[in-house]
Amino acid sequence: MKKTLSRFIRCTTLVIAALAASGCGAPAGNDGTLKVGLIVELTGDMPAVGTSSRNAARLAVDELNSAGGLEVDGRPYRIELVIEDNSAKADQSAAVTNKLINQDQVLAIVGPNASLGAIPAAEIAESSRTLLITPWSTNPKTTLDTRSGKPKNYVFRACFTDPFEGQVLARFVSESLDAKSAAVLYDVASEAPKSQAELFRQTFEQLGGKILAFETYTTGDRDFSAQLTKIKSVNPDVVFLPAYYNDVGLIAQQARRHGIHQPLIGSDAWSSPELIRLAEGAVEGAYFANHYATDIATPVAQRFIAAYEQRYGTVPDDVAALTYDAMGLLFEALRGAATPERQAVRDAMAAIAGYDGVTGDIRFTPGSGDPVKSAVIMQVKGDKFAWMMNAAP
Amino acid sequence: MNPDTIYWLQQLLNALQLGSIYALIALGYSMVYGILTMINFAHGDVFMIGAFCCLLAATALGLPFAPTLLLTMAGTALLGVVIERLAYKPLRNAPRVSAIITALGVGLFLQNATLALSPYPKAMPPLLDNLTWQFAGISVSSLQLIVICLSLGLMLVLDHVVHRTPVGMAMRAIAWDKTLVPLMGIPVNLIISITFAIGAGLAGAAGTMYSLAYPVIDPQMGIMVGWKAFIAAVVGGIGNIRGAMIGAFILGGVEIMVVALLPSTYRDFIVFSLLLLLVIIRPQGILGQAREQKV
Amino acid sequence: MNTRLWRHWEWLLDRPWLLPALLAGGLVLAFAIPQYQLFNNYIQLILMYIGINIILTVSLNLVNGYMGEFSLAHAGFMAVGAYTSALLTMEVLPVGTYPSLFPVALLAGGAATAVLGLAVALSSFRVRGDYLAIITLAFLMIVKSAIENVDAIGGPRGLPGIPRLTTLPWVFFWTVTLVWLVRNFVYSHYGRGILSIREDEIASDLMSVDTRRVKIFAFMLSSFCAGIAGGLFAHLLQFISPRVFDIVKTTEILIMVYLGGIASIGGSIIGATLYTLLLEVLRPSTMASLLSWLPAPIFDPLYEYFIRHLGVLRMVIMPLALVLVMLYWPRGIMGMREFRGFVPRRDRAAHHALDTPAESPHGTADRH
Repeated sequence: MKKTLSRFIRCTTLVIAALAASGCGAPAGNDGTLKVGLIVELTGDMPAVGTSSRNAARLAVDELNSAGGLEVDGRPYRIELVIEDNSAKADQSAAVTNKLINQDQVLAIVGPNASLGAIPAAEIAESSRTLLITPWSTNPKTTLDTRSGKPKNYVFRACFTDPFEGQVLARFVSESLDAKSAAVLYDVASEAPKSQAELFRQTFEQLGGKILAFETYTTGDRDFSAQLTKIKSVNPDVVFLPAYYNDVGLIAQQARRHGIHQPLIGSDAWSSPELIRLAEGAVEGAYFANHYATDIATPVAQRFIAAYEQRYGTVPDDVAALTYDAMGLLFEALRGAATPERQAVRDAMAAIAGYDGVTGDIRFTPGSGDPVKSAVIMQVKGDKFAWMMNAAP
Repeated sequence: MNPDTIYWLQQLLNALQLGSIYALIALGYSMVYGILTMINFAHGDVFMIGAFCCLLAATALGLPFAPTLLLTMAGTALLGVVIERLAYKPLRNAPRVSAIITALGVGLFLQNATLALSPYPKAMPPLLDNLTWQFAGISVSSLQLIVICLSLGLMLVLDHVVHRTPVGMAMRAIAWDKTLVPLMGIPVNLIISITFAIGAGLAGAAGTMYSLAYPVIDPQMGIMVGWKAFIAAVVGGIGNIRGAMIGAFILGGVEIMVVALLPSTYRDFIVFSLLLLLVIIRPQGILGQAREQKV
Repeated sequence: MNTRLWRHWEWLLDRPWLLPALLAGGLVLAFAIPQYQLFNNYIQLILMYIGINIILTVSLNLVNGYMGEFSLAHAGFMAVGAYTSALLTMEVLPVGTYPSLFPVALLAGGAATAVLGLAVALSSFRVRGDYLAIITLAFLMIVKSAIENVDAIGGPRGLPGIPRLTTLPWVFFWTVTLVWLVRNFVYSHYGRGILSIREDEIASDLMSVDTRRVKIFAFMLSSFCAGIAGGLFAHLLQFISPRVFDIVKTTEILIMVYLGGIASIGGSIIGATLYTLLLEVLRPSTMASLLSWLPAPIFDPLYEYFIRHLGVLRMVIMPLALVLVMLYWPRGIMGMREFRGFVPRRDRAAHHALDTPAESPHGTADRH
């Protein structure tokens, strides 16, 4: 027993000492590299999100480095990307944010994507005075100081927020589709769909529409027959499905089988091209909100889509596009920084007025980490997403 | 028919389908569970591997339904035997809970290894024509009927194997007493391997049918399904194959009916509260016999 | 190590003042580390995670290891403690002006959790073994679903903006106190009752062990500790959501318990520490800098084919390690054994006999 105890104490001390010693690096090494952190959900329950995000970030960094890197304060630098997995968990998010900031000494962080991890990470970035740009966290609380209600100083995002999306879609359904009634089906255990569903209901009712069914399921469910039977019995004009695309594939197929032929309405989480294959034709004609339109893409977006497709063999989804933009914003901030130091990078980020990204024109109002972006409404046509209209903020 | 009747008939059909899907998974679970009293936490993940096997067979090899199903079952049966030999057999004389935790580890390993290879959800090609018929407003699909019939059929076959064949008798003997049985010339290792092969093969069949009924598969698909099979097997009565079937139908029925009657937001809350009550009222499971405790 | 040094070491381990001295040293360190930044915030956070995980593991071991039940509700208990104490510090207690009220919030969270633990204990009178596992699983799901449905506490969006009150000294204090509580409980009159329930509940009833009372105490103490750990966790992350406390969290705690070893407080400490540290050491950049002393011809291919992919492979290696540990030590690293310092003096002789077990196929924990 004594042996075990002594061995245990020695090993633990050794490992902690090694951990502590392993952190030795400066954000701007003398070798002309700048360290940038990336937190993604590679394992856990949303590996598709994390993988897309990592792929896009690697692409952005490699493109920049092969084009000669960037200049800060008149000196050329290459970017070194430190990628950490947070398992889509809050506690691991906090751990890796601390690790990137204190151990790897990164200049700034991109990620995490899911709000579950982004909120604790944002708290740490704020208190450690390090810039954090989340590509995909749509929860309004991520960029806000909950206590004072004021925006955080060091936290930015590349996407629009859930309330905005819910409102845009409600207005679209009510005004453009002229729908008088709607049914909603969403994942009760997931944060973004819940916010989108509630804001949709609120706006839609303000516009004079009626919500006939407000149904939920739980993450991991594959059978939606009970909810769909209920929705069918109230016969709404449209069905709103703010859900992640792998769920949508199943919901849409089952809805058609249950004889629901009304238009389906979706959120930005639909925008993976995989959806069309997963749904096997059941989403034909459906509308959804997106960050950008692939078919009328700007030259920036077209270049990104082509490069991504060539390297990874798939069309990028919304997470990939937003991560690419978050990286682009960060590079822009680095170029504008007076010195390669954290505070200077954050100040340069706050000074960015507009950025022409893959997901459109990203503008920040001074003093806020939320961009003013317009959404686009897309329609599924054949095996493509087709642009329908723009929805200004 | 009036709309109310149609609504309830449709929900009843939904419940039957969900119940039979759960039953398909719970049968294999209950099999291993009954013979070895081992909570096989890896079952849900073997089921997931089954779905991926089926995808590979259907897309890479381009096989039609019947060979795909057989190949998948063979693959998972082999996997089950390998897992048993490598991970569970050395622990046969260890405390029961060691094997349970090992199973948990094996399950996590399978899940994360699959995730490392394929992080994106995959679409399962339709191997069977899924026809939908409308009877007076009630929609019935061919797949629904196949799944319901298959789970009933498998239950009967399993019941027969366990209660009417020599192998089944040996299995029950092992469940009864592990020390005495080898002395009577029963090849314990072989019988346990067969048990695992059958259990894992059934998981493969369930994975195939499940991914045809819900044709989007991902590495996480086995988690909740595994827990629900565990619930069905225990609620029905541990080690009782018919009980597992009934447990699965109760679970599926309650899940559907709670949504049909009440706001679906409270589904999990109500379903698990009912489950809790059921277990407290009938602590030995529905078909389980109250075991006399030896003093 | 050479024999002479080893003897000194043994002598040291036998001193009665060793444990108090270690604790005092730990306490000083717990204050000194954040004060003088001996370690950076990351290492400090990991140390705090280790402390919280030790509380969770030791308390679950009380029910799953010592009493031989199979409870799956621990993450749910943690959630109740976390939400109760977080709501108290955010809405009720003026912790902004009086940070010393933090333990009050934690204790309240622990008490609320203990009430829930009582409910589980009451159902355990009727139900045992796998049926109790189902009941605890249902408890976990009910807690999660209940939180999801209360919009006032954020529902699935969670509760952000919890003040950061958890510090290294607090974690150290609660870890030591709660481990000490559990240890005293285990070696008390009741503790023997718990062990007797694991061996044979009916026999212990006949031997006039008040099994119901013992169970109530064990479940309540276990859930109380989980509640405190939840409170510490919430005030460390500053954000909680029902997803944080799902079945995966329970699985994690289960792994720590059985990795360390059933019915062993020392084992639980080892299990929690090992698991938490391993998760961090297996990160690509950490692994790379730990192995950077290797010569380039070995390091470069190793990096290219293995270390670079650890982001994903980490979660493949962890369960594999668990399986290997279970195969070599079926009862966990310290299963049924204990650090000598944790065993009361009067029990040491008896305990030493347990250390060198004559394993029979029907070992003690075999039948439950």
